[in-house]
Amino acid sequence: MKNKPLLLLAAAALAAAAGAQAATTTPAELLTGYSAAAKASADAARGQKLFTTQGTKEWSCSSCHGATPTGMGKHASTGKAIQPLAPAFNAERFSDVAKTEKWFRRNCNDVLGRECTPGEKADVLAWLMTLK
Amino acid sequence: MIALRTTLAASLALAATLAHADDRYALAPAYVQECGACHTPYPPALLPAESWQRVMAGLAKHYGTDASLDAAAQKSLSDWLLARAGSGKRARVAPPDDRITRGEWFIRKHREVSKAAWTRPAIKSASNCGACHPGAAEGDYDEDRVRIPR
Repeated sequence: MKNKPLLLLAAAALAAAAGAQAATTTPAELLTGYSAAAKASADAARGQKLFTTQGTKEWSCSSCHGATPTGMGKHASTGKAIQPLAPAFNAERFSDVAKTEKWFRRNCNDVLGRECTPGEKADVLAWLMTLK
Repeated sequence: MIALRTTLAASLALAATLAHADDRYALAPAYVQECGACHTPYPPALLPAESWQRVMAGLAKHYGTDASLDAAAQKSLSDWLLARAGSGKRARVAPPDDRITRGEWFIRKHREVSKAAWTRPAIKSASNCGACHPGAAEGDYDEDRVRIPR
């Protein structure tokens, strides 16, 4: 048990690090922000196409999230279960700015080999918000 | 006698609680959240420190995917992992490619699992610990609870 204080300290440090980036938001608020940054209104149909089309690499967004991400997805390489992505089916989605940005950054890089533009993020989010 | 029995029961209960909360196996919530989003949050003791160092320094190219973190999260998770890195029989040397599943200890422990079993759709990959170890997400790999899906 000699590690207990250390563990608690580490846990507190991790919690503080996580807390520092937990800026809460809503899907609608994010959509407004991305559309404003793109200086264009979002297009849900274009978002669906981007989501389901294979990028410059092996994967599309649907490879892990499913073609209609209202149910459980499955990580394409590890097989790990992924919670639904559409916000109407998972209230945690698009509720945290840093988390949303982190996953867009990583996953766009995995699919397209680059980050997504604000316009692309707006399109995808607009489509996800139509799924009820 | 009753007092003795009560004391005994209380200390047994306490021992059980402490054993359950054993620091060596407890997974930090941030570790489960960040690393466990894509794969089983592997027990830190299954890789030596040098492997964890390389893994955490290369998150932008993490076994074929971008798993990059912001600097603060990367630092705190690295520190957490390095403090719990393996040194005993499970992680004496860095396995090829720093993959737990290619280490000698892992291979020996899984030698009774047929090659065909690994590729079953419900298992898919040796990194999908939870397919056969139902408590893997909480760090429970007890052999008695292993169920290999057909």
